[in-house]
Amino acid sequence: METANTPLKLRRKNQLRRLAVWTLLWVLSEALVIYGHRELWAGMAWLTVSAFVINLFFGLGMVLTYRNLMNLLDELERKIQFESMGLTLGLTLVAGVGFSVLDITNLIPWDAKIGYLILFMGFCYIACTWINTKRYC
Amino acid sequence: MKNRIRVLRAEKNMTQGDLADAVGVSRQTINAIEKEKFDPSLPTAFRIAGLFDLPIEAVFHYDPNQG
Repeated sequence: METANTPLKLRRKNQLRRLAVWTLLWVLSEALVIYGHRELWAGMAWLTVSAFVINLFFGLGMVLTYRNLMNLLDELERKIQFESMGLTLGLTLVAGVGFSVLDITNLIPWDAKIGYLILFMGFCYIACTWINTKRYC
Repeated sequence: MKNRIRVLRAEKNMTQGDLADAVGVSRQTINAIEKEKFDPSLPTAFRIAGLFDLPIEAVFHYDPNQG
C-alpha cells in the first residue's frame, strides 16, 4: 500500500507499471473492437458498442495514469516533458494539416490515414524527449 | 545561476544520488544543476542550501552574464 512516505522512486516505478497495464489493456481492447466486429460477432452492434465503451474506459484510465505519473516527476523532468509535448503537438499539427493537403491535392498516391499521424506523433515525442534529456543531463 | 554544490557535496562526502534522495529530485536533475545547465526552483534551492546548513546565497549566486 502506497502512502505519502513511500519513496518517490518506488512510487514512480509503481505508477509506470500501472501505466504499462492500462496501455496494454487499451491496445488489446482496441484490437478487440475491430477484430470482434469483423470476425467474432459480425452484425451484433450492441457487442461492438459495449467493446467500444470498454475501450474508451481503458483509454481514459491510461490518460489519467499518465497524468499521475507526470505529477511524480521533478521540475527538470517536467520541463523536459513539457518542451517535448509542446514540440510534438506543434509538429503533429503542421504535419497533419500538410498531410491532409497532400491527400486532397492528390500529391500522394495513398490515403492520409490517421495511423501515419499517430506514428509520426510517437516518433516526434520519443525524439524530442531524447534530445531534451541530452541537452540538460 | 552559479553554484557551489559540487564542492559542498564533496566536503560532506555525498554522491549526487545521496543529495538527490535527500532533496527529493532525480540524480540527473542534481547533475544538471551542478553543471549549471538548469536553474532549480526556489523551494529546491532552499532545500539544497538547508541540507548544507548554509543560507541560499552561500550556495547559489546570480550571474548576469549567464544565459
